[in-house]
Amino acid sequence: MLLPLRDPFSLVFSLLQPLVFLGLFGPLLGAAVGAPAFGGQSTLQWFLPGVVVMIALFGTSMIGSNLQYELMTGSYERILATPLSRSSLMIGRALKEWAPLVVQGLLIALVCIPFGFVFYPLHVLFGLVILGIFGIGLGALSYALALVSQNKEWIFWGVQQTLLFPLMILSGIMLPIEAGPDWMKTASLFNPLSYLVNAERELFAGSVGTDTLLGLLAASVTAAVGLVAGVRAINRNIN
Amino acid sequence: MIHTDKLTKTFVVKKETVEAVKGVDIDVAPGELVAFLGPNGAGKSTTLRMLTTLLRPTSGTATVAGVDVTANAAGVRARIGYIGQGNGGGHSFRVIDELIMQGRFYGMNSTDAAARAHELLTSLDLADLAKRTVIKLSGGQRRRMDVALGLMHSPRLLFLDEPSTGMDPQNRANLWDHIMRLRAEHGTTIVLTTHYMDEADLMSERVIVIDHGQIIADDTAARLKANLAGDLLAVEVAAESAAGVRGLLGRAAAGVRGLLGRAAAGGEVNENSNDGVVRFRLRLTEGARRAPVLLQQMNDAGAPAQSLELQPPTLDDVFLELTGRNLREGADR
Repeated sequence: MLLPLRDPFSLVFSLLQPLVFLGLFGPLLGAAVGAPAFGGQSTLQWFLPGVVVMIALFGTSMIGSNLQYELMTGSYERILATPLSRSSLMIGRALKEWAPLVVQGLLIALVCIPFGFVFYPLHVLFGLVILGIFGIGLGALSYALALVSQNKEWIFWGVQQTLLFPLMILSGIMLPIEAGPDWMKTASLFNPLSYLVNAERELFAGSVGTDTLLGLLAASVTAAVGLVAGVRAINRNIN
Repeated sequence: MIHTDKLTKTFVVKKETVEAVKGVDIDVAPGELVAFLGPNGAGKSTTLRMLTTLLRPTSGTATVAGVDVTANAAGVRARIGYIGQGNGGGHSFRVIDELIMQGRFYGMNSTDAAARAHELLTSLDLADLAKRTVIKLSGGQRRRMDVALGLMHSPRLLFLDEPSTGMDPQNRANLWDHIMRLRAEHGTTIVLTTHYMDEADLMSERVIVIDHGQIIADDTAARLKANLAGDLLAVEVAAESAAGVRGLLGRAAAGVRGLLGRAAAGGEVNENSNDGVVRFRLRLTEGARRAPVLLQQMNDAGAPAQSLELQPPTLDDVFLELTGRNLREGADR
């Protein structure tokens, strides 16, 4: 967790991609879809929460590749040979995904204020806490995937990349899912990310309601499932 | 310190069962320095990984530092140090942070861990690099850091998997300095794997030769060489008198064959002639003691030696003797 502090550039650099989406895709979105689709909010107010979720989706889902690298160099094996319990190792690694996400989300929200984003500090913070919880689950799943695909990096990237875009599009991060056909709306109901995005949208708009609760639930379920999968993978890893 | 009973590991690779380790029995007493010697793929690392709980045995048992590896893997891990083949330091971390973290993994408090880390960094000539990120260290520095990581909790039993692979001679010597000092100062039991025969030869008191998952020899390097290989003796005599000593030399060489109880390279006498001189080459047990006697016998037989060369055996000769293959080409069947 100290790593991003020692190397703050990596944290800032990782914000470039979301900034590109905000700066280059946001205006197009407003022009193409039009404000009415955003429930009367400004495009930025509607799009930013999705971009914040995108940070987690792109960044945290790749975190398993670090573990694959450690599997190759030997630093993971060194830790396996210590008395540290396997479960603690996995849970600790997953929990440390929480803080960078909160900081990144906060930074990008602050950057957007001069461009007309109405900042509700407590709501945004709560939204980021939920995002962090989701990140713990996603991180753990990414680690689990890395362990399962040990010595076969292409499987890790194949699965991660294959899941990434369908999950993102079906969650309505980029475009309102309400505009899509019925089957897409139905599919999005089975996507935990949809609930997270809706919750962030509600919170970033300065209100708390059912969407927030559902989002918190979806994030918690993701965290629970991720941690269970991660712990199982790490305990099975020794053969 | 270590006791194994028919320790076995089989892997299933593409539906084919591969027996990596075939029921090895090993006993290591406290304070011993033991090397597992064998070619790549012989099963020595697999054995080590079972002893360090990184692999679960397929069958058989192993007790390490008084604890069963299957029943209480965490208990074993708390009592041993392990320095693997790879580099232990996480690449983006600072050296000192990794060492302290390692100490914390073994239940040390931060203060003790920091003190121990600085002590090790100093003794391994890494003190100036404490705040450097691991990725910026040279290969030799990283390997020394691995040693520091393995010693953080002052284990009484230390495992090293191919500790000096890829190191230059100076770094190898340096590494061995540290290992030997550790042993002299703390009586640490050390078990290592190596495919460098000279390393096993010079450094270890006891060499366990492993091939195809089985222990094929287990003794001191000196005794293995004396009993299994013998010294290489080359003598030259004038061509016209060669016939007179051929039988004598054959009988001398037979000593090695007798010990082994099988026909092997050591039992033969090679000869080639050049410019009226015949050069005999043979294996001789206790060569230093027997060569003078042999010279006398040759004199008496009317074929005085014109030159003599006596070469002590290497563990490579031992391996060749045991398996019919060179250690270096060992992995080929």
